[in-house]
Amino acid sequence: MVIATLAFYLFSAVAVVAALMVVLSRNPVHAVLWLILTFFSAAGLFVILGAEFVAMLLVIVYVGAVAVLFLFVVMMLDVDFTELKSGMSKYVRIGSLIGLVILVELVIATSAWVVADSAPDMRAAITPALDEMQNTVAIGSILYTQYVYLFQAAGLVLLVAMIGAIVLTMRHRKDVKRQDIVEQIYRDADKAVEMIDVKPGQGL
Amino acid sequence: MIGNDINTILPELIIAGAAMAILMWGVYSQRERGAEALWAVALLFFVVGGWIALTGRGSDTAFGGMFVDDAFGRFAKITMLWSGAAVLLLSKEYLERAKLMKFEFPVLVALAMVGMMMMVSAGNLMSLYMGLELQSLALYVIAAFNRDSLRSSEAGLKYFVLGALSSGLLLYGMSLVYGYTGAMEFQSITDVIATEGLPIGALVGLVFIVSGMSFKVSAAPFHMWTPDVYEGSPTPVTALFATAPKVAAAAMITRILFDAFGGVISDWQQILVLFSLLSMYVGAIAAIGQTNIKRLMAYSSIGHMGFALMGLAAGTALGVQNMLIYMVVYVATNVGVFAFILNMEKDGRPVTDISALSLYSRVAPGRALALMILMFSLAGIPPLVGFFAKLYVLQAAYDAGLAWLAIAGVLASVISAYYYLRIIFLMYFGEASEALNGKMPMLHMGLLTASAAALIFGIVNLFGVEGFAANAAAALLG
Repeated sequence: MVIATLAFYLFSAVAVVAALMVVLSRNPVHAVLWLILTFFSAAGLFVILGAEFVAMLLVIVYVGAVAVLFLFVVMMLDVDFTELKSGMSKYVRIGSLIGLVILVELVIATSAWVVADSAPDMRAAITPALDEMQNTVAIGSILYTQYVYLFQAAGLVLLVAMIGAIVLTMRHRKDVKRQDIVEQIYRDADKAVEMIDVKPGQGL
Repeated sequence: MIGNDINTILPELIIAGAAMAILMWGVYSQRERGAEALWAVALLFFVVGGWIALTGRGSDTAFGGMFVDDAFGRFAKITMLWSGAAVLLLSKEYLERAKLMKFEFPVLVALAMVGMMMMVSAGNLMSLYMGLELQSLALYVIAAFNRDSLRSSEAGLKYFVLGALSSGLLLYGMSLVYGYTGAMEFQSITDVIATEGLPIGALVGLVFIVSGMSFKVSAAPFHMWTPDVYEGSPTPVTALFATAPKVAAAAMITRILFDAFGGVISDWQQILVLFSLLSMYVGAIAAIGQTNIKRLMAYSSIGHMGFALMGLAAGTALGVQNMLIYMVVYVATNVGVFAFILNMEKDGRPVTDISALSLYSRVAPGRALALMILMFSLAGIPPLVGFFAKLYVLQAAYDAGLAWLAIAGVLASVISAYYYLRIIFLMYFGEASEALNGKMPMLHMGLLTASAAALIFGIVNLFGVEGFAANAAAALLG
């Protein structure tokens, strides 16, 4: 139990510091690297919660794909981040004032909020206890049975995204040579090589 | 078990399956199949709409309450499907002229339609959101469909960014509602509220949900995207935006407010009253200075959504019924108006400037007459159907004790009459200018005439829409 508590504080402290560094670091590439550290710490927190599948997904999807994609974008687009941030100091005062007001309002408001009595039980009812069923089994058994409608709808949303990306970006350029495999296969010496008898001193 | 569920969602399933089949057909065809695909999807919408109208009975749920099939949902679906079919039929010539006729267009419209049908049939916060996203994503793409035009790309991007913002608001509200009531299903939310009252956290969530959805119906103060998107999108897309998605969004708000928060009407009534009031006046006043007819129709739609929300704000069965009638009349009018706008052209180039309509009555008296009837109806001038639609929502608001809102609505209607009448004035008494000379295909002429005729002859009995709307409202308020 002590180890779990220690690990919790370690991971949360690292997550908070790394998240701050994402915003504060001057070099955008460093910011992305800090973001990866934040994801790793969050994954650690999920493991402590007993949600090891979500933790692994976070590492694979967010670190493996999304963060690397960010890195590509940051490196390929030549965005001058220092120039973007140069206006920051102008807005620091008014920005922090507004932030303070929102914080005070949130504290006042949330302190009076009460969760409905039945709410915690209802929210917990949907997932079986950890010792009864593994993460993956639990997610699978709900995603593909009870939520199959939503699952299929999500598939349609992705299909629309794919069609949209293709419709809006694909162009058939006439001036580009494309590979035609069939043509390549059926190419032989008769068609490709031509014997020409060149007379000396004349050229073609 | 699953067989029953599939049976319940069969209309959605058929359209989704057909969209995918048409997509495959289009991809593997040797030549561009845009026109055929467009006809196929329009026919499919028409047939499925008719099928729902003829066979739909009673109410049923599927997938553990995620999907609700009832008279309310069916009413909205039939309106959306038929107006979607009409708009698709209207878009063919414009798309061909603008070289935008690709098979992806009808496929995306079909998938957007599936999303809309899911929205109006949602019985759960999650299924509502999935439907909404499916609809929105497809609409963002077709807003930018003319990708070589700066305006169209800008419209798509603007719509996307603001749509994402509204989805964020909506999701934040949903998460608060889920956190504080512990329920996603509308029925369970109602039960929790009935036994324990509305937790204040869920109330904040409710405000966020209503705000996020107001983006989708383009109600003020969340209307900023509407004029730019209407103006920038290709005109057939604008015509689509002004019809089916508006019905879907209005029906979605109605569904969640009455199904999930029907026990706390006074808590959301005041938000809707404010949105309704602002929309009516923004729509009426901001449209006065517009010279582009697509922008004008955008402000007009904001104003009309204000009236529709007024019916909703009444919070009664009569209010819901009259809002549904209002939406049907609005959509029927818009089909006619856009049949006209799609053919506003000069030497083969589309024209959207209002001044081009000067003395149009001399060029094409028949079309000018039809547009005059449509404009009179939009302005709510008796004895056209548009007047009765407005009268009904005002009456619902008055009966619910919102007499001042009804009076404000009448004043807004008087202000908005100015710009509708200005179009008529230009057509009949404007200064001579170089006139439009586009030809109108028979189909467009037919829809324009049908729309105008419906607005005149509908005053007899509204073609029975009233009875269906009453059934729909009764199904929702049970």
